[in-house]
Amino acid sequence: MEIIYYLVPMAMIIVAGIVAGLFWAVKSGQFDDMEGPAHQILMDEEIFPEDSENKEFNKENNNE
Amino acid sequence: MCCKGCEAVAQAIVDGGMENYYRYRTEKGITAQELVPDVLRQMEVYDRPEVQKTFVRHAQGNIREASLILEGIVCAACVWLNEQHLKSLPGVLDVQVNYSTHRARVSWNDDETHLSEILRAISAIGYLAHPYDPSVHQQLLEKQRRDYLKRLGLAGALGMQVMMFAVAMYIGDWWGMEDAHRIFFQWISLGLTLPVFVYSGRPFYQAAWRDLRHGRAGMDVPISLGIMIAFGGSLISMLRGSGHVYFDSVVMFIFFLLTARFLELAARKRASEHTEALIQSQATSAVREVDAIETEIVAALELEPDDIVQIRPGETIPSDGVIIEGVSSVDESLLTGESRPCSKRVGDILVGGSVNIENFLRMRVTSAGQESVLSTILQLVERAQAEKPAIARLADRVAGYFVLGILILATAVGIWWWLNDPQQWLSVTIAVLVVTCPCALSLATPAAITAATGSMIKKGLLTSRGYALERLARADTIVFDKTGTLTQGQPGIDRVLCYGKLKEQNILQIAALLESRSEHPLARAFTDIELNESWALIDFRNIPGGGLTGTVNGVPYYLGNSAWLKEISGHDVPLNQEADIPDGTHILLADDKQVLALFVLHDSVRAGAMELVHDLQVMGMKVMLYSGDDKSAVEPVAQKLGMDTWRSGMLPADKLKQVRMLQQQGETVAMIGDGINDAPVLAGADVSIAIGDGARYAAAAADMVLLSDKLSVLRDGVVTVRKMMRIIRQNLGWALAYNLAALPLAAVGIIHPWMAALGMSTSSLLVVANAMRLTK
Repeated sequence: MEIIYYLVPMAMIIVAGIVAGLFWAVKSGQFDDMEGPAHQILMDEEIFPEDSENKEFNKENNNE
Repeated sequence: MCCKGCEAVAQAIVDGGMENYYRYRTEKGITAQELVPDVLRQMEVYDRPEVQKTFVRHAQGNIREASLILEGIVCAACVWLNEQHLKSLPGVLDVQVNYSTHRARVSWNDDETHLSEILRAISAIGYLAHPYDPSVHQQLLEKQRRDYLKRLGLAGALGMQVMMFAVAMYIGDWWGMEDAHRIFFQWISLGLTLPVFVYSGRPFYQAAWRDLRHGRAGMDVPISLGIMIAFGGSLISMLRGSGHVYFDSVVMFIFFLLTARFLELAARKRASEHTEALIQSQATSAVREVDAIETEIVAALELEPDDIVQIRPGETIPSDGVIIEGVSSVDESLLTGESRPCSKRVGDILVGGSVNIENFLRMRVTSAGQESVLSTILQLVERAQAEKPAIARLADRVAGYFVLGILILATAVGIWWWLNDPQQWLSVTIAVLVVTCPCALSLATPAAITAATGSMIKKGLLTSRGYALERLARADTIVFDKTGTLTQGQPGIDRVLCYGKLKEQNILQIAALLESRSEHPLARAFTDIELNESWALIDFRNIPGGGLTGTVNGVPYYLGNSAWLKEISGHDVPLNQEADIPDGTHILLADDKQVLALFVLHDSVRAGAMELVHDLQVMGMKVMLYSGDDKSAVEPVAQKLGMDTWRSGMLPADKLKQVRMLQQQGETVAMIGDGINDAPVLAGADVSIAIGDGARYAAAAADMVLLSDKLSVLRDGVVTVRKMMRIIRQNLGWALAYNLAALPLAAVGIIHPWMAALGMSTSSLLVVANAMRLTK
């Protein structure tokens, strides 16, 4: 069981990393808008009109 | 400044012409107490009139009113403290703090005190106040949210580790474990708990400390005490090598409480979102014409009446005004809840905050900044949210006594267990302190009120007084005015019957000239008639509930209803002589000698009026119609709508008398009418709703204002307030029942500290979630 004296401190270092990551995420504003990004996906679609979709489609076809 | 001493030093430096010390120094001087001194120094700025223009409202004389945001409010007790402290200042007339939005409305006499003094007084008791400015408020909310997220994240991440070791140790108690391992685990747990204890728990200690310093007991006192006893007790047991450790309970309690606070913050933000949207819709800049060619961009607040402003499509209208060029449609949904754009042409009124959709417009500013309609609406909303209904005040008082009771009880229970079973005393005391925290009790009412107000504004029913919601919920009689309320308020002239020698055209012109000065809805029937420019109107008088008098070309004329005309001129009224006079509103024109003409006006019933009356009756209300119009106009409308009772030919004073009579019979009366003509009766009713258009509601004495065109919103409003009262009762009932039920269980030692933490947080969350049902 002596292994815990090594493993537990290791786990603590990982936890410290997690907390540091969380603080960084909060500070960089990733949690500021919890709803916006979900809607943004839907809005992206409208920005590209149909022909750009076709272009993508054509490009793929041409490559083939 | 932190104290009088520093203030004297700073004053001496400035007086001696040594301001450069402040301008060029790179470090702040050492102060006895680093209480954000630069913020305090800025407060003087808020006394300058050009700065005050945006957020201060002038009442009569030197009495001023302002909205402030308070930083550091955590519970209803903080609200109380700020109110009490500010009220004790000389010159401060009234203070009301809203817990839900952390805003305060302060009115003061500028002769005796200044805004900066008030702000300083607030900071002296450990809070920070800023004059209300939407962008600052947003930033504050954002900062608070980030803070909470970090504290919550830390408590969650480390808490999980502590729990893991706690489980290991519980199992160890059962199966046996080596002492070396136990001690190792305890030290690790201590190391993990310490950051949570110090950082995540800080908001609770700060709030509790503030309470204690002012000799009060808020809900954070038992929370902080519980956390500290659990932590300290565990530390001592650990060092002595005997007894149980409760690090798991400490982190769990902090984690759950923070979750409840965080959700409450989010819920509050959501509920007041619509008001925020209103505030943000205020255009910040405007394009003002300097001369025929040149334009300049100015702040919306700098606009003065009679400025000419250009509004491009898609822009927000910066202030109230009248269109002088262009045709466009305008989205007023934020103000009225009406989603369809309304078309506007030259001469139409634009309301600040609405959005120009189609075409370029030029507008002449009629009122700007503080005076504009949108500002007025915002101020009405703030006033309503700041005023506490009776039920909320009661809950505050109860919660205060409750905390005191808990503290005394916890001490007694702790001592009893100490004497009888020293093994258990720590665990039981913690459980008692935690499980009985009256958080749910304190949250029950404000959460429901915020949610209800928000949901009603969204539909277009504005609450401007705090007591309105409670009274509307209790109302059992609802009295309507007719013209402009249940009917269109856009009357047309059906027939003109002439009795004298004057030609019909002249008669119409005389009537139109008199009506052109009147605000009565019926006056609109005459607006299409072209006025004779050469005629002059003098001695004009408006007799509410009667009619109009004025002298045209030296001849005095009377225009009004038959009863009033008979009384004032003594003429016999030809109404009963002819049988073929059609139904409708009858208005007579007379001079000193005889009756000249009879106008028959018609006004059609508004869409939804019939459904509204029916729905209100189904909900158990008596629906009545009081009108100043003649019987011939009122009867058909009342019968068509299926009114319970109706009265015609009433003066405003008669209406008031009738309402008083109903009140004496024990009825709670809601009065619905247009803001101006019915002002006295609106003020006399228990709760009044004005049906406003344009800028009128600013002058209304009403408790609520219907901004929407849809009458059905009134029914929705009644439904919402009744639901609100039900939810408040449920919340208070639940909170009291929970606390009373949990207390004995904790006192006899059945409830373990971690169960207490879970129960208390669930109770708070339940109350907030219940209130949020109102926003749907």
